[in-house]
Amino acid sequence: MVEFALPKNSKITGGKTWPKPAGATDVREFRVYRWNPDDGKNPSVDTYYVDTHDCGPMVLDGLIWIKNHIDPSLTFRRSCREGVCGSCAMNIDGQNTLACTRSMHDVKDGAVKINPLPHQPVVKDLVPDLTNFYAQYASVEPWLKTTSPTPQKEWRQSHEDREKLDGLYECILCACCSTSCPSYWWNSDRYLGPAALLQANRWVSDSRDEATGERLDNLEDPFRLYRCHTIMNCAKACPKGLNPAEAIAELKLKMVERQI
Amino acid sequence: MALSIVHRATGIALYVGTLLLVWWLVAAASGPAAYANVQAFTGSIIGRLIVFGYTWALMHHMLSGIRHFVWDLGYGFKANEREALTWGAAIGGIVLTVLIWIIAYMIGGGR
Repeated sequence: MVEFALPKNSKITGGKTWPKPAGATDVREFRVYRWNPDDGKNPSVDTYYVDTHDCGPMVLDGLIWIKNHIDPSLTFRRSCREGVCGSCAMNIDGQNTLACTRSMHDVKDGAVKINPLPHQPVVKDLVPDLTNFYAQYASVEPWLKTTSPTPQKEWRQSHEDREKLDGLYECILCACCSTSCPSYWWNSDRYLGPAALLQANRWVSDSRDEATGERLDNLEDPFRLYRCHTIMNCAKACPKGLNPAEAIAELKLKMVERQI
Repeated sequence: MALSIVHRATGIALYVGTLLLVWWLVAAASGPAAYANVQAFTGSIIGRLIVFGYTWALMHHMLSGIRHFVWDLGYGFKANEREALTWGAAIGGIVLTVLIWIIAYMIGGGR
């Protein structure tokens, strides 16, 4: 259902301002969402100062610097630090993106404001609980389904058919798109969301897959697919420059085309 | 997202505005006295503001609807196309509204 306000126990209250690093000539202010499941308190926003001469340029570099030099309890996911793994997706300065590919210098003047991905349960600090998101990905059965006998070698595909997967296969499932979508915020129990739907289209578009009808049947539902109202936040958010809105529109078109 | 919200808001406003239109038509059908009542209301400052708002809601919702129609056909998804459609609908709605009112006053609708 539509929710415009945070639940009581999610309201942000107060926060600690940590001292500026001694001897630093150039500092950048970071305001970071904090929530600890063990202390029974509401979330807060802590203020840190990062020594930019001692730190890499990306927002993730700043977070790692804070964890190493100021506050080891700060919790966030990260792995590849080059936009391939999708672990460090978070809301930076009001936009869902990857902390490793967003430069802190691209964030407009003032503090770098960092929150977890919107409208997901929080595990701790910047770590969202994406269990539902992954379950939805699994529900589109993201693997090759065939009925014809398995060929001696690999399943062949023409260059043209392979090109149909461009713009789809690159998705890293960081959840930036789905968690930027109001339809997903309010109906994520039933609406699959842009990421899972882009993946669904990736398999529907695969010339080697032989379960296209079955896959479309699975999406033929007022919520699973049709909660998309082309709001376009997903296309704006994607840190890989993909276009989930377009992928969903293609699915909707395929839904109609198979009936005529 | 902002335009998506405005599209819905104007859609809701059109329900109410269309009731006004019905009131006007029913009054026109039922006699000069009733019609004069409607004319007095829509001719007042508040009435004109409401009708102006209704014009804008109608024009904006129409252009924004065309935008959604283009997307439903599978076109206009590139970032620059998306922004052009969105700004086109937002600005176009205001321009059309003002144009309609200028023309309406020019042909004597204000009297």
